[in-house]
Amino acid sequence: MPANTITRSQLCEAVYQEVGLSRNESADILEMVLDELSGALSRGETVKISSFGSFSVRKKGQRVGRNPKTGDEVPILPRQVLVFRPSQLLKGRVNGGRSGGAS
Amino acid sequence: MTKSELIARLAERNPHLYQRDVERIVSTIFDEIAEALARGDRVELRGFGAFSTKRRDARQGRNPRTGESVSVTEKMVPCFKTGKQLRELLNP
Repeated sequence: MPANTITRSQLCEAVYQEVGLSRNESADILEMVLDELSGALSRGETVKISSFGSFSVRKKGQRVGRNPKTGDEVPILPRQVLVFRPSQLLKGRVNGGRSGGAS
Repeated sequence: MTKSELIARLAERNPHLYQRDVERIVSTIFDEIAEALARGDRVELRGFGAFSTKRRDARQGRNPRTGESVSVTEKMVPCFKTGKQLRELLNP
């Protein structure tokens, strides 16, 4: 099953087809959506998109890692990572509507 | 931030658009991503991140309440990998 990769241009095309905006404007607004999502996450907010999923930021503490090539111990600094939790609906959709959801 | 808050912010930044259109735009975007994942496609948004699906093999699970063993069928799960720029934004 060769997986195709969808990029901004296809999403933009979908917005263009769905709403009567120009292609340029569609591209701008897609960028604004990503910008708003990134902004909220960088402020530490959780982003909840109903029927799609939620994005949250998890803080990770410092831990000791190892350089896999040399075996040297190196500290991994505290960092923030993004976690995406798909909704039951999305889980169901990727399984052809089976499993997940209340149905 | 919720989907409706996202819509409100976008409407504020785009006073020339009807709120109804902003709603349709946002829904279209997430729906296209979901549709692509349902087809088994990947969605790559440079700088933001990439959505993909991964296969989970069938396994022998257990009902945590009764301890009964149950077989769990193979399934696909949606995944997200944070893009470089967003990762840097989270760790300035």
